[in-house]
Amino acid sequence: MGEYSVQELTSILAMQGFAGISLFSVLLLMALGLAIIFGQMGVINMAHGEFMAMGAYTTYLLSVVTESYFPAFMNYYFLFAIVVSFLVAGLFGYLTEFVLIRHLYKRPLDTLLATWGLSLIMQQSFRSIFGAREVSPTLPDWLMGSWMPTETIFIPINGMFVLGLTTLVTIGVFLLMYRSSWGLNVRATTQNRVMSGAVGINTKQVDRLTFALGCGIAGIAGAAFTTIASTGPTSGSLYIVDTFMVVVFGGAASLFGTIASAFTIAQAQSILEFFISGSMAKVFTLLALVIILMMRPEGLFSIKVRK
Amino acid sequence: MSYFSRRKFLGKTGALLSAMVAAGFITSSAMAADYPTAEVNTTGLAVTDDTVTVGILHSLTGTMAISETGAQEAEKLAIKQINESGGILGRQIEIIQEDGASDWPTFAEKSRKLLVNDNVAAVFGCWTSASRKAALPVFEKENGLLYYPTFYEGLEQSKNVIYTGQEATQQILAGLDWVAEEKDAKTFYLIGSDYIWPRTSMKIARIHIEKVLGGKVVGEEYKPLGDTQFGSVINKIRLKKPDVIFAAVVGGSNVAWFKQLNAAGITADKQTLLTLSVTEDEVLGIGGENLEGFYSVMKYFQSQDNPNNVAFVEAFKEMHGEDSVIGDVTQAAYLGPWLWKAAVEKAGSFDVDKVVAASEEGDIELTTAPEGYVKLHPNHHLWSKTRIGKWNKDGQAEVVYTSDLIEPNPFPEGYQ
Repeated sequence: MGEYSVQELTSILAMQGFAGISLFSVLLLMALGLAIIFGQMGVINMAHGEFMAMGAYTTYLLSVVTESYFPAFMNYYFLFAIVVSFLVAGLFGYLTEFVLIRHLYKRPLDTLLATWGLSLIMQQSFRSIFGAREVSPTLPDWLMGSWMPTETIFIPINGMFVLGLTTLVTIGVFLLMYRSSWGLNVRATTQNRVMSGAVGINTKQVDRLTFALGCGIAGIAGAAFTTIASTGPTSGSLYIVDTFMVVVFGGAASLFGTIASAFTIAQAQSILEFFISGSMAKVFTLLALVIILMMRPEGLFSIKVRK
Repeated sequence: MSYFSRRKFLGKTGALLSAMVAAGFITSSAMAADYPTAEVNTTGLAVTDDTVTVGILHSLTGTMAISETGAQEAEKLAIKQINESGGILGRQIEIIQEDGASDWPTFAEKSRKLLVNDNVAAVFGCWTSASRKAALPVFEKENGLLYYPTFYEGLEQSKNVIYTGQEATQQILAGLDWVAEEKDAKTFYLIGSDYIWPRTSMKIARIHIEKVLGGKVVGEEYKPLGDTQFGSVINKIRLKKPDVIFAAVVGGSNVAWFKQLNAAGITADKQTLLTLSVTEDEVLGIGGENLEGFYSVMKYFQSQDNPNNVAFVEAFKEMHGEDSVIGDVTQAAYLGPWLWKAAVEKAGSFDVDKVVAASEEGDIELTTAPEGYVKLHPNHHLWSKTRIGKWNKDGQAEVVYTSDLIEPNPFPEGYQ
């Protein structure tokens, strides 16, 4: 490494550190919605990626509308788009629970199949509505480019944005789950559905809102990812494997587990990728996951229950 | 009611006929009566006294629909134009379209359906190498004829396939030569998605860079298909400081790659980047602002300013919408039906063996190709020019370099 100056190496180290943290925030944002649904309701939502794509398309639509009718708001529409994406995906999630999921609670394997079918239907709907080609929302200028704390360090602004957003959403979910009475209802329902019903909690309503919340967060993730990745009918399927990996590795019923797992996977992936090639880095990361899950099938964190 | 519509119809037909006579189509085009069906079709193809049936086989659903949409649109346009100018041997072309559904075994199955059940005279289709490799044994066994539009890795030549896109050396060598000369490039960083086309392309590129150009490959990287995180790779590239990044990333990854490159401050004013995998189609997803100033090496760009292309772009937009964009493969797909028409007319027959034999004589040329001029080589590939396009913010490229006509060489010696 003699040909590099100390300053260069420190810069690369700093940027590489940020690449890891950035990947962590991406994985966490992807997985949060799924973790809520899977962890609290035991429903494996195979259409999670498509709810993300729904958020991405909402952002695209808003970008087109803003560009043609309100060009003056081009700089702010993106923040608005995130909120709308949450609402759109959340509302659709609410309806999905009502129409599809609630009939299948006693048949977990069937929910797997039903939500997978739903994902195919959604993909084809995106294709029919928006065309098979990928689209690209116009991003506001302040989201483009990079921040340069020194001459040689470039920190991508979209990466920082996703990081900030992930932090906000995570804090929001925690407050909701552990500091609000609604969160108490959700956790009570998870632990003992019959008893919760008996003490007057409307468990059906809780289920529906939990599912809507998870889908809404997927929508937020989709909106945010338009800054770093593609928006197409099958974009959602690019995320689904990583998302499941994070949730399963973290331990299904634990938000802490999801965070720890996203962090571990992101760091392993990004450090390995720096030293060996991309494909091999993925192989080693997945191998490590398989071995750890063989030793700890319940994932990193799990709620202790009497078996 | 019927009276009016008939009059309208007659009026329209009359206008069309006189236009065709004026354009010299009628006089030059063959009449079906000159070519009795029994003579032009001795192998039981779907040819009648006034029609001939062909197949179109692309993915209309699934991941690859993004890319294959343009190709099948172009093929339909070419067939429509051929029909309007009198058809082939006096016969109108009819289309049976099948969906490959982005699934390789489906391509094989649908090929068999088109060849065995429908007896089509030719098939225009496939996009990925994987789909072509899956369909190839069927075409060889049933003696079908496939026109394949994508630029691809080479190392293949089948009697039953005509390759209308460029093979790897045509695209890669010309591109590397240009960048070495024009940008005085010595060091290269190779990056691609992890499958056969990028790997073969990069293998050829590395040999050319090291043995012919005397340059150095400072990094070679493959990312899994569909991967959307390029942070670490971008840092690696920054550490190596290559003169040129040579990229063949595809699909959703391609979008992520350019968005993240731009966000990391690696832009055209500081870094030369040449890519094998960005056409006007991909730009829609990537966004022109993320590509501005980077280069693509292709044989065709929509912005090409020649009369053929101006007419082609206009006709394409008229048929498929004002917002359509046309990429390299779309244009190559458009050539397929025309090359087939030329070969059939030369052979005076639809029989696959005779059409292939006529194609292999090496004198079938298209002076009306949107890309300019192409000629079919006896090895089933096209002589074509390679171009370098510099991307603008509006999603169109400015052609900054055009090579001489390059001979196709699917089995390049010393590059394997």
